[in-house]
Amino acid sequence: MIDARGLSCPMPVVMVRRELDKNHPSDLEVKVDNRTAVENVSRFAGNNGYQVEVQSADDDEFTLILTKKA
Amino acid sequence: MKQNHWLIIAAGALVGLAALVLTASGNPGNMGFCIACFLRDIAGGLGLHSAGKVQYIRPEIIGLVLGAMLMALAGKEFKARAGSAPALRFVLGALVMVGALAFLGCPLRMVIRLGGGDITAISGLVGFVAGILVGVVFLKNGFSLGRAYKVKQAEGFVLPGFMVWLLVLLLAVPAILKFSAEGPGSMHAFWAISLVAGLVVGALAQKSRLCMAGGIRDAFLFRDFHLLSGFLAIFAVILVGNLILNNFNPSAQVQPIAHHDYLWSFLGMMLAGWGSVLLGGCPLRQLILAGEGNGDSAVTVLGMIVGAAVSHNFGMAGNADAMTDGVFVPGGVALAGQIGVGVGLALLLVISVANLRKEGAK
Repeated sequence: MIDARGLSCPMPVVMVRRELDKNHPSDLEVKVDNRTAVENVSRFAGNNGYQVEVQSADDDEFTLILTKKA
Repeated sequence: MKQNHWLIIAAGALVGLAALVLTASGNPGNMGFCIACFLRDIAGGLGLHSAGKVQYIRPEIIGLVLGAMLMALAGKEFKARAGSAPALRFVLGALVMVGALAFLGCPLRMVIRLGGGDITAISGLVGFVAGILVGVVFLKNGFSLGRAYKVKQAEGFVLPGFMVWLLVLLLAVPAILKFSAEGPGSMHAFWAISLVAGLVVGALAQKSRLCMAGGIRDAFLFRDFHLLSGFLAIFAVILVGNLILNNFNPSAQVQPIAHHDYLWSFLGMMLAGWGSVLLGGCPLRQLILAGEGNGDSAVTVLGMIVGAAVSHNFGMAGNADAMTDGVFVPGGVALAGQIGVGVGLALLLVISVANLRKEGAK
């Protein structure tokens, strides 16, 4: 799990990229707290062969579930 | 996703259009919209520096922050956040300004100058890209200014509140402010046109996340060209607009408020680009983030205002080339400015190294 709450872009994407490059996970959970990060991480994951599901209880916190496309 | 892509292109096109309209309405040549220049004018208007030619309270800046705030409030994206290295961000904001004012323009004006045919700005672009590349190397190696935290809502309204206050002063008691009688500060569109242009661009920039440094950064860092398309849209609209209006003048000789000191234009914009990457966004983006309630960006903007004042008080800002009675008088960056940019680059190196995570690439 990557906790990128409180970090502004591009830091959340940098952290996700580092994890994908290093461990090539089949799925990854990413926590962020702003919509810019949601958009940027989703775009990066989409461009790199992952599907993204966004879960959010409120506008203050978002959990992104990245799953490698078959 | 596709809708977002069109949004950023529309935002970029609108920024270009706004710059053309503002120039036609009275703003200085190739300076329809310049964050560094306008913050510098505001610093002068408040008497923080005494460079008589660059003093005015620019409503464009007020509009940008308030437009971003209104859009963020409407979209439930207004969030008071702060606590990510505010003092360092203040210093970085000031250094970005020293670099931009040596070149004579922020990244946005750099594009506007290029779109007007100002060939001297090419060295600024190359320096800007070089600075971003250096910043990207540090990002890849674990640079971070740390996380911000949720804070009380009042923190988020500090910069928007300051902007409202500036507008009140401008309209109600202009006599207590300083206004240029000549030079770029004296050239401005009617305040309401400037304010509306700022509001519209601020709102669209908030929604689209437009950023001049972010486009080039993301292209290198992630091979993501999304933000870059906004940057290119600005250039395209300015270029076509200038061609239509017969304002395109491809030359390196006596361009509006520009100099042909290529080395220091390169190094000045390298400072601005590198600093912007460390901050997470260009001067425009800092204004927008401050409008969204980001207290760290508000501190950065205050740092930029102080950086502008310091630049002019100590003769570090670039001097424009001029044609006086048919004689070419070269401008450039004086020794003080060269020292300022050199010290700025050295400080960026220290800040970049000092904020690398110990675990490095982990």
